[in-house]
Amino acid sequence: MVRSVTSFGRSGLSDWLVQRVSGVILLAYFLYIGAALIGGVDYLAWREMFASTGMRVFTLLALLSLAAHAWIGMWAVSTDYMTERLMGPKGNVLRIAFQIACSLVIFVYVIWGIQILWG
Amino acid sequence: MLQVSIYRYNPETDSEPSMQDFQVDTGGKDLMVLDVLELIKTQDTTVGYRRSCREGVCGSDGLNMNGKNGLACITPLSEAVKDNKLVIRPLPGLPVIRDLVVDMSMFYAQYEKVQPYLQNDTPAPAIERLQSPEDREKLDGLYECILCACCSTACPSFWWNPDRFIGPSGLLQAYRFLADSRDTATDERLAKLDDPFSVFRCHGIQNCVNVCPKGLNPTRAIGHIRNMLLSRAT
Repeated sequence: MVRSVTSFGRSGLSDWLVQRVSGVILLAYFLYIGAALIGGVDYLAWREMFASTGMRVFTLLALLSLAAHAWIGMWAVSTDYMTERLMGPKGNVLRIAFQIACSLVIFVYVIWGIQILWG
Repeated sequence: MLQVSIYRYNPETDSEPSMQDFQVDTGGKDLMVLDVLELIKTQDTTVGYRRSCREGVCGSDGLNMNGKNGLACITPLSEAVKDNKLVIRPLPGLPVIRDLVVDMSMFYAQYEKVQPYLQNDTPAPAIERLQSPEDREKLDGLYECILCACCSTACPSFWWNPDRFIGPSGLLQAYRFLADSRDTATDERLAKLDDPFSVFRCHGIQNCVNVCPKGLNPTRAIGHIRNMLLSRAT
């Protein structure tokens, strides 16, 4: 049993499940957006689409899924490559710095996204 | 003449590893790679490698041949050689002791973690613990593993985290005991696997399936473990 305090759900199974479910939500969202774009939208139609509560909730769901998905993915990347085994003690510093930077960027995107949707 | 390039490294005398070229007369026969190594040994007795049964049972001569892991004794030249060239390296990702001999300690430590032995807390029967043919069938494709380490050393997740990710070989063995109807420690076994590294570093790229000399499928076994964890924890 390997303990970790920075993984998304503190459990491998939970991270795995969140990664899969959020992936499906993102796929559904981008298929929907893609279909709208291929169908051709002008500014007014686009504005009207995002004015509906349903679309805003769906977009927020996709945004939160993206945040979780990105965190789990970037966390796995950082614990693969930025480790003491591969880089010596500076790997630990780099990994923690990278994880903090990622979480800040994700946080900013989520807040920014909410602001755009309901601003 | 077959061109063979062999990884050489003796930590006592060499500052770094190097490749040494040999010309081998195979007599036009489709030899096994191990036979070629034996022929090279007659040219240079200092070439170090492990071998024992020479028939794919003991798992000693796992090597990287032209970029692909496998057992030298059951890999014919016709399968390994490209453009009359054969490059032989030790299994990747493990520390080299000398030439083609690697230190398997990390690999064995992961094997030990899964407690690869039957655990049963019920009183032992007079003769033996019986198993139905159907239950016995569930162990097919699992018990055949010979621990040659070809799969785990072909797995990038094992390269990056050999101390935390159990690896395809260890997980195949873990499932071999999880699937055994005579084992009663299923819950304890599963509880030890539910962290972000032990099982879930497997991203399903199936290098293990691609190289297994016994034709086993660790990725499928890992999927079964994941499903067992999922059905218990949701």
